[in-house]
Order: sequence, then C-alpha cells, then structure tokens
Amino acid sequence: MATRKSQKVSNVSADELKGFYRDMLLIRRFEEKAGQLYGMGLIGGFCHLYIGQEAVVVGLEAAAEEGDKRITSYRDHGHMLACGMDPNGVMAELTGREGGYSKGKGGSMHMFSKEKHFYGGHGIVGAQVPLGAGLAFADKYLDNKRVTFAYFGDGAANQGQVYETFNMAALWKLPVIFVIENNQYAMGTSQQRSTSSAEIYERGHAFGIPGEAVDGMDVLAVKAAGEKAVAHCRAGDGPYILEIKTYRYRGHSMSDPAKYRTREEVQKMRDEKDAIEHVRDLLLSGKHATEDDLKAIDKEIKDIVNASAEFAKESPEPALSELWTDIYADEVPQSA
Amino acid sequence: MATEILMPALSPTMEEGTLAKWLVKEGDTVKAGDILAEIETDKATMEFEAVDEGVIGKLLVAEGTEGVKVNAAIAVLLEDGESADAAPAKAEPKAKTPQAEAASPAPVAPAAPAAPKAATLQPDWPEGTETRKQTVREALRDGMAEEMRRDPNVFLMGEEVAEYQGAYKISQGMLDEFGPKRVIDTPITEHGFTGIAVGAAFGGLRPIVEFMTFNFAMQAIDQIINSAAKTLYMSGGQMGAPMVFRGPNGAAARVGAQHSQDYAAWYAQIPGLKVVMPYSASDYKGLMKTAIRDPNPVIFLENEILYGRSFDVPVLEDYTVPFGKAKIWREGTDVTIISFGIGMTYALEAAERLEKDGISAEVIDLRTLRPLDYDTLIASVMKTNRCVTVEEGFPVASIGNHLSAYIMENAFDYLDAPVINCCGKDVPMPYAANLEKLALVTTDEVVAAVKKVTYR
Repeated sequence: MATRKSQKVSNVSADELKGFYRDMLLIRRFEEKAGQLYGMGLIGGFCHLYIGQEAVVVGLEAAAEEGDKRITSYRDHGHMLACGMDPNGVMAELTGREGGYSKGKGGSMHMFSKEKHFYGGHGIVGAQVPLGAGLAFADKYLDNKRVTFAYFGDGAANQGQVYETFNMAALWKLPVIFVIENNQYAMGTSQQRSTSSAEIYERGHAFGIPGEAVDGMDVLAVKAAGEKAVAHCRAGDGPYILEIKTYRYRGHSMSDPAKYRTREEVQKMRDEKDAIEHVRDLLLSGKHATEDDLKAIDKEIKDIVNASAEFAKESPEPALSELWTDIYADEVPQSA
Repeated sequence: MATEILMPALSPTMEEGTLAKWLVKEGDTVKAGDILAEIETDKATMEFEAVDEGVIGKLLVAEGTEGVKVNAAIAVLLEDGESADAAPAKAEPKAKTPQAEAASPAPVAPAAPAAPKAATLQPDWPEGTETRKQTVREALRDGMAEEMRRDPNVFLMGEEVAEYQGAYKISQGMLDEFGPKRVIDTPITEHGFTGIAVGAAFGGLRPIVEFMTFNFAMQAIDQIINSAAKTLYMSGGQMGAPMVFRGPNGAAARVGAQHSQDYAAWYAQIPGLKVVMPYSASDYKGLMKTAIRDPNPVIFLENEILYGRSFDVPVLEDYTVPFGKAKIWREGTDVTIISFGIGMTYALEAAERLEKDGISAEVIDLRTLRPLDYDTLIASVMKTNRCVTVEEGFPVASIGNHLSAYIMENAFDYLDAPVINCCGKDVPMPYAANLEKLALVTTDEVVAAVKKVTYR
C-alpha cells in the first residue's frame, strides 16, 4: 500500500469533497444494510460487499462524463450507486423483487442500467473485460467520443481473456480504461500466492498500454489518475490501465469466514487507511465542513438507506408470468 | 516413361476445380518445384507445382476449363528423349475418380453424398419468380452484404475475413466493398474477440462473428452462452446482444476429431439463443438476412461441404426466410424423415431410393432448431404414423432424441412404430477415410431405419 494520502485538496472544491464523503458513505451504509438483510434471510445466494473499496468508484466517477460507460464483475453494488442508480432499485434487486433493476431476475451479481450506462454486473470472473472493450469498440465505431471503464479485480487479472483483450484494445486503440481493483485477495488467495507480478499494471507494457498504480484509499488520488486516463482515451490514444490498490474489509462474499488473513490486518487498514475517514479529516481540518454539516450528511444517508431497505421489503416478488419474459427480444421484421 | 499430371485436391473438401491458367506450354522443360498452373478451388486460387522433372508433352485440359475433377489427368510429362506420341491419346486417371464409386461418397469427401435433384425442391417464393443457380457460399455472402448495405451498424469480424477474403472464401469481396472498419481481421483469439463482439452488441452495434469453424468457438463458449444468451433475461429486458455467430460446423472431410464436431444439439439447448442450420443456398441467404435483423444472438451453423453446392435462389430484392418455419422438400404418406443442414442430403437421397421400393417418404427440413417448427413435424407424423430423424451429430442428447421425446408426448397415439434416430456414431471422429465414413450417418442407415419403422 502506498504510504500516504494527499493532504492537499487543491484539485477539488469543498463541495466536491463533501460530495465524495456523501457518495462513499452511501455505499458503506448501503452495504452494511445489505449485509444485515442477508443475515435476516431477505437477500439470498451470493452477496459480495464493497466495504473498504468505496474511494475507487467514487474517485473514477468524478473523472467520468455523461455518456461514459462502466462495466464490472459481481462485486457491483458500489459501482451502481456511484454512477447514480437508484438505491431502491438496487436493494430491491438484492431481495429479488419486482422493483429491482432486473425485476428480480438478475440478483446481486447481475444488474444493469441502460439509462446510467451501467452494463453489469457479470458473474464470470474476467468476462466483463472483453465485454468492456467491446463497448469501447462500439463507441469508437460510432465515433461518439465516449470512454468505457472496465473494472476487474486482481483475481480476474490472471484470466487469459484479459490479455487477449489487452492485445486487441491496444491494436485497435479502443477508448477503454482497464481498472484493476487490487484488493489483494482473489477470494481467499493473496496476490503473492497467485500472481507472478508485484505490479499488475506493468503487464500492460507488453502490449504497449500505459498504466500506473494508484492509492485506492485516497479518493483524490483516484480522481486525479482517472482524469489522466480519461484524457488519454478521449484523445484517441487507446487504452489505459489503472491498478488501484484497495482493500475489502469484509469477506469475499457473505459466506466467507476470511481465515486467509488476520483480524489485525483488517483492523490496521480500517484504522490507518480508511478512505471515508480520510475525507472526513480533510473536511474538518480544512474547515470545509463542521461536525454538524457531516452529521446532517450522515442522517441523509441513513434515511436513504433505510428507505431502500423498506422499499426492498415492500416491493412484491415478481409475477409468476415473469419466468417467461425477456428470454427473447421482439421478433424480427421479415422485410425492409 | 511418360507420366500423367493429375488434377490435385487442394483442400479437404475439394472435388473439382477450375484450371485457371497454364504457366507452361507443350515442349517446356520443367523441374520439381516449377509452377505448372494456377488452379481455382472453391476456396482460393492456388499455384500447382511440378513434382518431377521432364518435358511437358501434352496439355490435356485447356486453361479456363471449369469443373475439372480431382485426379483427372491434366497434362503429360515426358522423360528426356520421349516423344509426345508416347503418351496415351486420351489419358485415363490413375487413381479412382469420384465417379468410380457411383453410389458412395467420393474419396476426397466421404461425408458428401451426391446433391439431390433440384426437381424435388418446393420453393418458398412466389410461382414465376426468376431464379438463378448459386452456391451456398455465394448466397451466404450476398445475404451478409445486402444486410450490411441496409444497416451501417452491421459489421463482420473474425480470423482472415478481410484481406484473405475468408478462410473458406465466404467474405470474398466484402473488404473491398465495406472497408476495414466493417470487415475486420482479428487475431487468433476467439475468447477475446467474441467477448468484444458481445460488448459491441451491448453498445448498439450488430456484429457478425465468423468462427473459422465452430470447433474453435468452444474457446469462446462462455461469452456466447453466459454473456450473449443470458443478458437480456438477467437485465430484465434492458439490454441484450443482437448479433450473429456463424461459421462451418460439423464434419468436413478427413480433418479428424478436433475439427469435425456438430454443435447443433449443444446450442439448441440454450434459452436465449436462436439456432439456424440451413441446407439449401436460398435458405442460407434468406435465413442469414433474418439472423442479422433478429434482435437476439443467433447461432448460424454452416457446412463446409455444402458451401460449394448449387441450388436455385430467387432473384428478389429482399428475400428473407422466417425462423421457426420448417420446409417440406417432399410430400409422402408412409414415413416422415426429419433432418436439417447436411443431414438433408442423406434424407433426400434415402427418400429417392425408398420411392423405388414403393415407400413414400415425407422429408422435412427443420431449417431452424430454435425456434423449432413443432407443428409441421407433428402434423406430418400424424399423417404418416412413422418417423426417422437424421443428423450427423453425436447420438446422446441429440436433436433426434429431443424430437422423439416431443413426438412421443404429443402424438403417441398416432405412432405405429418407435421413432428411430439416425445420428453420427458415439465416437470421436477418426481420420482414416473408411472409419470416418463409418462414423457419420449414411444413406443406407436411413433407408434401413425407414424399412424398420415401416415393417418392410
């Protein structure tokens, strides 16, 4: 982990900094609530929480423009909230209800929003990487100057299709930012035990793709790196790799006892590196916000999250007829 | 002693070719490695080299001759001092020609029974429509090109589709017409480029992905099934993958176990996919146009042996064939033979032979496996009370198994005999010519199955 976060706040305004605090806090509180609902049996199956990694998506969304696309793996709740998707719809999908983004048919790992340009939510490790490059391919084909953020973890970074994609993305100069969210553990296997390279982004050098490591516990550093990557892609210079060093506080999924690391290791990260505490400190020490301002934000977030949980409990289960819808899109016209 | 130079087989499925150009003339001295002629196969123009030294005594086939059979003598090579008269006036081929085994498939292409007579064709275009003979290859290309003219978001990607003009020459001329933005050569990286194509479909484009063969699509099957087929459902209808995956499927000829599998039953099992496996050139064209317009992922299973076959294709500005509508090629009363793709060659050949034995077979070409035209086949079985299915794929969990189960559930009381499935054998495809022939379904097996269900 890089030693310390930026103390200067020169590249953001006080309002933006407060916005980061709010957005990261929304993800954390939302995920805590999801964990709670899981424990109550209201959420089933796999549920992968994003707690600890909030600065990654919040920092990068600050670098994105309207129309830019994003795609990620199954640890996707944070990405959806950060790109502006409705917490009610996300939570109701987690509970498998009609009001969910996929009408309850996708679940935690498979959610999408065409409106917010969020292309999932993919359950197969690494599959979202060529898909993300394909979104960028479409943007380049349509010449609409959009950029795609293709997120994947340190675990997915060992999938062959990632390197097949690096090759073509570089060859065809696709406007895609490969965001490696390196939280140091691929499920229960540490990077040291699974990955030959200490710096995963350096693998891009083999394909001529520039990249860098970023302190993912510092939302300002993430935003600055994101802006650089976006500028590179938007200028038509091809793909860029951001290896964002982060940490997840919870297990891989809800059913993970996390025996592969010590409680002390986790606690040390929380105490010394927490991204939300960092912004809180910056806001208070820089006198950009008072304790009362932050309390008001805490209250607002708490209300939003509680409302989403209520919505997700109240929303009915999908109608039984939904079993047979959305298998095929509309029929094809037979003549021009 | 004078030796004959024979028409070479330059691809696994080549049965005949065009002698495009002689690069030597009578009286020329040649040595091994000299280029004698340019020969056009169904896939490419190839240079043909001398393997012996000598003097060209006689050119037996004029340049520009089409349809020169593999192993036919095309020239006579003399040793020093020999006169051209030493050569036989009309050269007889040394090796067996395809014609030498009239009833059985040609040795260069054991998987290919002779094409059935066009007289049995019941066209599905208005009477009086002008038709022309086209190969499956040409019809397929025309279908893609017409749709690319119609919709700028349709593009073709795959290995060797652009500059090489297609490994099987399907995309011939398309790079010239549509340019490198829309006809895209990929690296050899099926998993990766398939994922990119699915992502491009999510992003609003209409990709056509060519697999050099569907055997290679196994590298990409996660993206086809988990990403392309399931996303519409998983997104509650918000986004899907309108695209076509196409390429040759099933056995070609003598290419062994890893290049000879029929994937019809695999893909037909997946909700979210549409699966097409045409037989005739008009269906290749009309179904390809429908596939490109379809807003769902379509698996389009082609056949290398059929690429070079000619059929009547209607001359119409916009000829499409709907999915889910089977085609009755022959009407009959005693038995229903159901097949699709290359299997139709066995079905139609068997029907002709059975007619001579006084058995009237109705032959149905499913054309699309998903959606499947259950109504047509059930109506037919209710009429004939007997059914045989024909396919080249493996027998376990085959399309035939599924059809049998469906017919049993829905027309049990109409059946006078159990349905028999004629399939490929339950073995990896062997290389040896005799074993390969044995591994595939044969017309004899179809005839025997019909006789069994008709108690003859």
